[in-house]
Amino acid sequence: MTRKGRRLTLIASALSVICIAVGLGLYAMKDGVVFFVTPTELAAKTKEMRPNARLRIGGLVLPGSLVKSGDRHVAFVISDNQSEVKVSYTGLLPDLFREGQGVVAEGTLAGDEFKADSVLAKHDEKYMPREVADSLKKQGVWNDGGQGTKTATP
Amino acid sequence: MIVEIGHYALVLALALALVQGVLPLAGALRGDAALMAISRPAAVTQFVLIGLSFLALTYAHVVSDFSLVNVFENSHSAKPLIYKISGVWGNHEGSMLLWVLILALFGALVAVFSRSMPDDLRAIVLSVQSWIAAAFLLFVLFTSNPFARLAMPPMEGRDLNPLLQDPGLAIHPPLLYVGYVGFSITFSFAAAALISGRIDAAWARYVRPWTLVSWIFLTLGIAMGSYWAYYTLGWGGFWFWDPVENASLMPWLAGTALLHSAAVMEKRDALKIWTIFLAILAFSLSLLGTFLVRSGVLTSVHAFATDPQRGIFILAILITFIGGSLALFAFRASSLKPGGIFAPVSREGALVLNNLLLTTSCATVFVGTLYPLALEAMTGEKISVGAPFFNLTFGPLFVPIVLAMPIGQMLAWKRGDLLGAAQRVVLAVLIGAVGALALYALQGGPVVAPVLCGLALYLIIGSFVEIAGRIAGRRVPISVMAARALGLPRSAWGTAFAHAGIGLTLFGLAATSWGVERILIAHVGDDIRIGPYEVRVERVEPRMGSNYREWVAHTRVRSGGVDVATIDPSRRSFSTREMVRTEAGIVTLGFGQIYMNIADQRDDGSLDIRLYWKPYVALIWLGALVMAFGGLLSLSDRRLRIGVAKRAGARAQVARNVQPAE
Repeated sequence: MTRKGRRLTLIASALSVICIAVGLGLYAMKDGVVFFVTPTELAAKTKEMRPNARLRIGGLVLPGSLVKSGDRHVAFVISDNQSEVKVSYTGLLPDLFREGQGVVAEGTLAGDEFKADSVLAKHDEKYMPREVADSLKKQGVWNDGGQGTKTATP
Repeated sequence: MIVEIGHYALVLALALALVQGVLPLAGALRGDAALMAISRPAAVTQFVLIGLSFLALTYAHVVSDFSLVNVFENSHSAKPLIYKISGVWGNHEGSMLLWVLILALFGALVAVFSRSMPDDLRAIVLSVQSWIAAAFLLFVLFTSNPFARLAMPPMEGRDLNPLLQDPGLAIHPPLLYVGYVGFSITFSFAAAALISGRIDAAWARYVRPWTLVSWIFLTLGIAMGSYWAYYTLGWGGFWFWDPVENASLMPWLAGTALLHSAAVMEKRDALKIWTIFLAILAFSLSLLGTFLVRSGVLTSVHAFATDPQRGIFILAILITFIGGSLALFAFRASSLKPGGIFAPVSREGALVLNNLLLTTSCATVFVGTLYPLALEAMTGEKISVGAPFFNLTFGPLFVPIVLAMPIGQMLAWKRGDLLGAAQRVVLAVLIGAVGALALYALQGGPVVAPVLCGLALYLIIGSFVEIAGRIAGRRVPISVMAARALGLPRSAWGTAFAHAGIGLTLFGLAATSWGVERILIAHVGDDIRIGPYEVRVERVEPRMGSNYREWVAHTRVRSGGVDVATIDPSRRSFSTREMVRTEAGIVTLGFGQIYMNIADQRDDGSLDIRLYWKPYVALIWLGALVMAFGGLLSLSDRRLRIGVAKRAGARAQVARNVQPAE
C-alpha cells in the first residue's frame, strides 16, 4: 500500500469512528437528558410537555406535607413558594430529607401528581442540589452565601 | 510562628519558581551550561519549600490552631488524628496546596532521576514545569491562601464534613493528585520537545516512565474514589458520571492513549506528532478537571459569575497553558518528519485504533460533562446528562476496544497477520462464549450481562495467550517454561496484567445486573433472605465515637444455617454539623458482597433496612488493582528504568534492525 493509501485508510477509519460517536451522542441526547424545572415552570409548561418525559423537579419540601403510609410509600409536596407539586415515591428517603429543606425529585408526571423514582436531598448544610439553590436564589428566598462542595475530591 | 514560616516558604517558592522558569530556559536556548545547571538544585529546593509550607499547614491542623480560617472551618479538636491530617487536603485551599506540592515533587524527581537525559532537554522540562508551578502558586497565594488568620480565634472549629471523615477519603485525594498532576511532567516534556525540536524515539523513552507512574496512581485514585462513593453514599452506587468523576476519567483515557502511542513512538519512531499532542491533551484535561472542580462552576454557573475570582484565575491558567502549548505545537508540528511506516494491519495499526477509540470515548465524556454547563450559560435551560447518555455513547465505543485488545497484542510490528492472530485467540473466544452461556443458564437476567461477562472472560484469557505462546510448547519441561517466563520482558507481563485488569473490572460491572436489592422493615432476630445468604440482626445498641454517637445493628450473615460473617451497619450522628451519616455494613464473600444499611429505629423497635447482595462486585476494584500492578511491572522493566535511556538509546541504533517481538 502506498503512503497515500495508508493515510486514506487512517483518515477513513478515524472519520467512521467519529461519525459513529456523533450518531450515538445525538441518539443518547434524546433519551439520556433530563430537564430540570421548578414547580412554577412546570405549572406553566405542563401542556407542552411530552407525556412520560423524564423530569427533575426541585424546590423545598413543604412543611407538614409529608405523609408516610405503610410499605415505605411516601407522599410530599415540593414548593417554590409560588406553585406546588404533589410527589409520590416508594422507597427509603435519603438521610438528609427533611421538611422545609431543599430536594430534587426525578421521575415522570402522571396527571397532576409527580411519580418520583429517585429523591435527592442536599448533602450537608452547605450543599444543596445546585438547581434548587439557583432557583431559590432567583426568588430571593436563599439565605446562604457560602459556596458548597459535594465532596472535596477533584 | 510556624504558620508564618509556612506562608513565607510559599512566597519564596514562588520567587524561586520564576527564576527557575526563566534562567535554565535561557541557558538552554543560548547553550549556556551554567544557567542550565541552575534547574536541578532549584527544582529540589522548590519542592523542599512547598513541602515546608505543607508541613506548617499540617501542623496547624494537628494542634487545632483555630486562629487559621482554614483550620477553624474544617477541623475540630475532638477529631481523630488521621482526619486532622487528611483535613489538610479535605478543603479547597489545602487541596490546592497539595496540588502544587505534587507538581513540585515531580519536578524534583525529574531533577534527581534524570542524570542520563541531555542537559538542555532537562533544563527546558524543569523550566516549563516551573511555569506551571508559578501560575498555581500565584493562584494559591492570591485567591486561596490557606494561611489566612482570624482576628478573634474561636475556641472550637466547625469540623470536617463527616462524609470526608473516612479512611478511604484520607488517601483518595493524594493518590488522585499524583496521577492528575503527574501528567504535568509529560506536558512539560512535550513542551520541551517542541521548544528544543528534539522529538525522537529517545524522547518517548524518557517520557514513558513518568506517564506510567501518573497512570498507575490515577488508576488507583479513581478506583479508591469509586469505592469510597460505594460504601459511604449508602446505596451501593459506585460511579455516577458526575462531572467531578468525569474530570478524573478524561485524563485517564487520554493518558492511556498516550501510554500506547508513546510505545509506538519509542519502538518505531512513528506517530510523533500525535504522541506530543496527546501529552498536551492529557494535562489539559487535568487542568480542565481542576477548573471544573475548583472554580465553583459545578455548584452553580451563577456561583461562578458572582464570585469569579478563583474561576477566572484558573481559566486564565488553563487558557495560557493549553493555548500556549497548542500554538507551539501548530508552529512546530509541520516541521516534523513522518517516521516509520506501517501497514494498517500491524501492532502500530492496532495501537492507532486503540488511540482512536480511546480519544473518541474521551470526547463523548467531555461533551456529556460540558454540554449542560454550556447550555445553561447560553440559554439558562437546565438539564442533567446522566448515566443513560454515557452508557449509550461510552459503552458502544469501549466494546470494540475490548474486542481488539488481545488481537492487537498478537500482531507483529510493521506488518501483522490478522488471520494468524485471530486463530490464536480462538481459545479465548471459546472460553468467553461458554462462560457467557453458562452464566446465562445459572444467573439468567438481562442478556447484556452474560454477554459482557463473556467479553470480559475473553479479554482476561486473551491477555495471556500471547505470553503463553512464548512460554509453553509441546514437551517443554516446566523448569524451562519457568525460566522462559522469567526471561520475558517485564513490560510484556505488564501489558498482559493491565489488560486482564480491564477484563476483571468489566466482569464486575456487567455482574451488577445480577444484584439483589431488598428494602424492608425487620425486627431484631428476624431471618432475612438475600441472594444465597440469610441475614439476622442480633441486637441494636448505641456506641460513642470520638466526635460522633452511633446506633449499631450487630448483624450475622449465614449461609445454609452456618455463620459466615458478622457486619455492623450503623447510623452516626455528628454533633458539630448536626449531620447523620449511615455506615454500611459490608462483607466480601467470594467476589460478591453483602451490603447493608439501616435507618432510624422505629418506636416499636423495628428497623428500616436496605440490603443488597452484589455478586462479583469486588472485581470492579480488584481489576483496577491488577491494572496498577501491570503498570508497576511495566515500570520495573529494565528497558524503561529511569536512567537507562541514554545507554539504551545508543544501543537502539544497533537494535533497530532486530525488532523485539513483543
